[in-house]
Amino acid sequence: MSATVVHSLWTTAAADRVATIPAPKIEYAQLSPVLIVLGAAVLGILIEAFVPRKGRYHTQLFLSLVALAASFAAVVALAADGYGTTRKHIAAMGAIAVDGPALFLQGTILLASVVAVFTFAERGLDPESHGKRVDSFAAQPASVPGSDSEKAAVRAGFTTTEVFPLALFAVAGMLVFPAANDLLTLFIALEVFSLPLYLLCALARRKRLLSQEAAVKYFLLGSFSSAFLLFGIALLYGYAGSVSYARIAEVVDGTVQNVSPALADTMGNDALLLIGGAMVLMGLLFKVGAVPFHMWTPDVYQGAPTPVTGFMAAATKVAAFGALLRLLYVVLPGLRWDWRPVMWGVVIVTMLGGAIVAITQTDIKRLLAYSSIAHAGFILAGVIAGTADGISSVLFYLAAYSFVTIGAFAVVTLVRDAGGEATHLSKWAGLGRRSPLVAAVFAVYLLAFAGIPLTSGFSGKFAVFKAAAESGAGALVVVGVIASAIAAFFYIRVIVLMFFSEPKPEGPTVAVPSPLTMTAIAVGVLVTLVLGVAPQYFLDLAGQAGVFVR
Amino acid sequence: MENLIALLVAAPLIGAAVLLCGGRRLDRAGHWLGTLLAAASFVIGVVLFSDMLGRSADDRSLHQHLFSWVPVEGFRADIAFQLDQLSMTFVLLITGVGTLIHLYSIGYMEHDERRRRFFGYLNLFLAAMLILVLADNYLLLYLGWEGVGLASYLLIGFWQHKPSAATAAKKAFLVNRVGDMGLSIAIMLMFTTFGTFAFGPVFAATGDASEGKLTAIGLMLLLAACGKSAQVPLQSWLGDAMEGPTPVSALIHAATMVTAGVYLITRSSAVFNAAPDAQLVVVVVGAVTLLFGAIVGCAKDDIKKALAGSTMSQIGYMILAAGLGPIGYVFAIMHLVTHGFFKAGLFLGAGSVMHGMNDEVDMRKYGGLRTYMPVTFVTFGLGYLAIIGFPGLSGFFSKDKIIEAAFAKGGTEGWILGAVTLLGAGITAFYMTRVMLMTFFGEKRWQPDAKGDAPHPHESPRSMTIPMIVLAVGSVFAGGFFSLGDRFLHWLEPVTGHDHGDAPLSAGVITGATMVVLVIGVAVAWLMYGRASVPVAPPRGSLLTRAARRDLLQDDFNHVVLVRGGEHLTRSLVYMDHTLVDGVVNGTAASFGGLSGRLRKLQNGYARTYAVSMFGGTAVLIAATLLMRAV
Repeated sequence: MSATVVHSLWTTAAADRVATIPAPKIEYAQLSPVLIVLGAAVLGILIEAFVPRKGRYHTQLFLSLVALAASFAAVVALAADGYGTTRKHIAAMGAIAVDGPALFLQGTILLASVVAVFTFAERGLDPESHGKRVDSFAAQPASVPGSDSEKAAVRAGFTTTEVFPLALFAVAGMLVFPAANDLLTLFIALEVFSLPLYLLCALARRKRLLSQEAAVKYFLLGSFSSAFLLFGIALLYGYAGSVSYARIAEVVDGTVQNVSPALADTMGNDALLLIGGAMVLMGLLFKVGAVPFHMWTPDVYQGAPTPVTGFMAAATKVAAFGALLRLLYVVLPGLRWDWRPVMWGVVIVTMLGGAIVAITQTDIKRLLAYSSIAHAGFILAGVIAGTADGISSVLFYLAAYSFVTIGAFAVVTLVRDAGGEATHLSKWAGLGRRSPLVAAVFAVYLLAFAGIPLTSGFSGKFAVFKAAAESGAGALVVVGVIASAIAAFFYIRVIVLMFFSEPKPEGPTVAVPSPLTMTAIAVGVLVTLVLGVAPQYFLDLAGQAGVFVR
Repeated sequence: MENLIALLVAAPLIGAAVLLCGGRRLDRAGHWLGTLLAAASFVIGVVLFSDMLGRSADDRSLHQHLFSWVPVEGFRADIAFQLDQLSMTFVLLITGVGTLIHLYSIGYMEHDERRRRFFGYLNLFLAAMLILVLADNYLLLYLGWEGVGLASYLLIGFWQHKPSAATAAKKAFLVNRVGDMGLSIAIMLMFTTFGTFAFGPVFAATGDASEGKLTAIGLMLLLAACGKSAQVPLQSWLGDAMEGPTPVSALIHAATMVTAGVYLITRSSAVFNAAPDAQLVVVVVGAVTLLFGAIVGCAKDDIKKALAGSTMSQIGYMILAAGLGPIGYVFAIMHLVTHGFFKAGLFLGAGSVMHGMNDEVDMRKYGGLRTYMPVTFVTFGLGYLAIIGFPGLSGFFSKDKIIEAAFAKGGTEGWILGAVTLLGAGITAFYMTRVMLMTFFGEKRWQPDAKGDAPHPHESPRSMTIPMIVLAVGSVFAGGFFSLGDRFLHWLEPVTGHDHGDAPLSAGVITGATMVVLVIGVAVAWLMYGRASVPVAPPRGSLLTRAARRDLLQDDFNHVVLVRGGEHLTRSLVYMDHTLVDGVVNGTAASFGGLSGRLRKLQNGYARTYAVSMFGGTAVLIAATLLMRAV
């Protein structure tokens, strides 16, 4: 059944009063990446209910990793079957696209999630609590911070193993997000991955008030942006009479057929389109952390447990940019001349805003948060290129960036003092003298963030700027390079601080992590260097994946 | 057979790597390893040479392409070697004389605890020089060129504990950099003009380029040659370079380094032939240098510095010959080879004398050494006879040819050049006779050294005398061998081309005139230093002598014009940097910092503020979108 037939079924249903509703056709094989993760998440909830407390951690960790690996295998299998290129397809009655960008981004999200799960499962950093090894998450999140019940939970050595199913739910939502091919699926996917993230943000073991504050802020502002998004969807539906991407694109192009008479009057009202489009755009820009919708980022990144921050900063960004790409390239390409100038403005203030405000940050997590805002600007520069090169460069950048980010936040978890992680920059002074290896690894990440050649950051930045410049956005690239120069200042400043300052006597210690975090950090460095030194294979891969299905 | 070419370079290169990275374990055998690899390279050279002789004259060029070094669209730099008659000549000279100098150094450096490192550098020097002469494109040549510069820096400054040696090494390196700039600019010009810098395509395309471009390329190549070959105005490093161990001086002056400039000009004959103006400058530089070096050589009391002046002068002959065009290329190279023999012999002889005289270098404190060092005396003497052009010896044939070629240039130019070369021959006879008389004849003027030890001159060990003997044999016979039946001419002609020119005088007349100035030079020297006694303390001397002792004021000139001028320039640039550039940079940084401080206040922690920002942002987004549609 082709896409248009599906749409005509939907859109003419009301008019023709079709008596029989045909059973929806679900291509289980093509949806298997999502289904595997969702299934594992549900199973994870059951494990929480039925497996004894002692065995939960290992069972959950094992299940999560197996599910993510299986899902990744399914993505690879689909790509190998040609779903990324020649056989791209819209599955599940027009709801989910199975094409190159979707598969590439799903693969990236899954790999990043595997690494993130490693950091979630780390139990070697916090000092043992009453003889039990504990992770970064609260003993009993429901207890009031500082209360007796919290103390009791800590004494009993409770741990929150629910983080694994929560993360899996979030991953499932993220997998759907860049593949969503109608606005409702988009919205549902957004909520599916946002709600677990709100919860995860609130689960920090240390500095619980800060963590809860972050979660509440994230939830409030997330709901606020969801409301905009939903209203935008409603307006777009009013414009096109459909929530399907293909249908809306056809109405925009004026090539639409089979218009039902009931909708003909309201259809094609440009005001609805422009306002609705802008609102949906805003919802997605909120998730990627673009200025002026970025203000939640520093607070949430700082308050959330650091492994969750890494996971959010990497996987959420990948998913949100995927959805943004699909929206701009599939639904609104006909409106290019309307959204491009506006997006220019957003890109410029995002790049400059993130880079400039980062200069005066004193907390390493907040610094990385602003850095992620600046990077969102760089990626957006590739997004608005509007060319095939633009798509592939963004895909590559996202893959490169996500591993650097998770690795960098993983390093942040290692540097600790009596109060937990020592995130104030002044405490990082002289780290290179005390722990040269950790400092060197962090320096590699910072250089990658700064876009120094031979790191993945350079390859990615070069690709997006090249795509942007070739699409006629030369001025934007100039601003981008200036922003990069400003950003380089604060990255290099941290390196200088680590290697050329005297260590403080009461400075933090570097905890020796278990193989889990070590793997996460090592994978990050490896990917950073491989994508920096020999990026061609992966650029080609992203290039092949750079065509959307319509 | 062409696969052997890379081995030629590889042998000393491996030697350098092993010796420099090998550590102390190699201290005991390292010098033998270095010598063996140099000899291996020579043997490979001989094998290739005999193979080359077996082929007809126009089929003698060999190519070996190793790999593409920098393959970028339109820009191809290959690691590829070319072995033709010209390269072959250099290969044999470099590896042959180089091996002898290695052998000699075993004895000379016996008591130096860093001998292994010294041999590593020597091997590196050979490898770089071989890359230079074997490259089939200018970029690879440049690699060898820089390698030679590096190796010479390391060797001249080998006794780095002496400040004078460290300074001399730095001076040589810096002056050479000026020349290197010339070469790199020449290569860039070639690339923009011809789109390539491989020898074959460039030389084939010289006809298509404008003469102005070719002149520019030629002048830049000349600048490069001046640096490496110590020609005026970049000659100042050569005298100071004597601070290095004597074998290094021999290597630099005979087999490597200073010959590179002559090679470069001869190799680029196609460019120079098409740029007569550049050729004229080459000739002028050669003529000036040949007199300059000769005059300096007359005044020096330091035996090595006197020989250094002589080298400068002899290279001047070669550059002059190369500047004459097809009339002179072959003779430039021929003189280069014979000079390689006798100058290496002279330097090794000087080293042998110093070895026996507590490292004393002042000839005024020598005298009467002939009976104490018979082998050194005989070999040095044969080298002496060769360099002044005593009939039948090497120098006689090669220098005479250059003088003839200078006259054959024709016109006023020919007469002037002929006169200059003749005059040079006379001065050469004078200063070399002076060196000979002051060192080996006359009364003993030996002085105790700084520690109070009186010298006990003795003959040097076998490892030092054997190379001297071999080189002396070359000094005696090489010229005659090359000239008989114009062997060398026929050998090299396919590469460089040859033209007889039209000599205004017959060869006999010119030879006669040369003999006359030779006798005059020797006689004057004998009157001044043979018959009259030589004072230990140098006399005040005439104005010219005093100037010549100071290298004709070259360093004073450089100091006043270049150093002072450079200092003023840098000072003003530093001032500009501090006020202008730093001002802008720091100002920008400060303004961004201030902006950052103000912007971060917006981040006040209240969710309501954040929500307002989002709302405002959305409103602006919508308004801007609608506005875009409206306009």
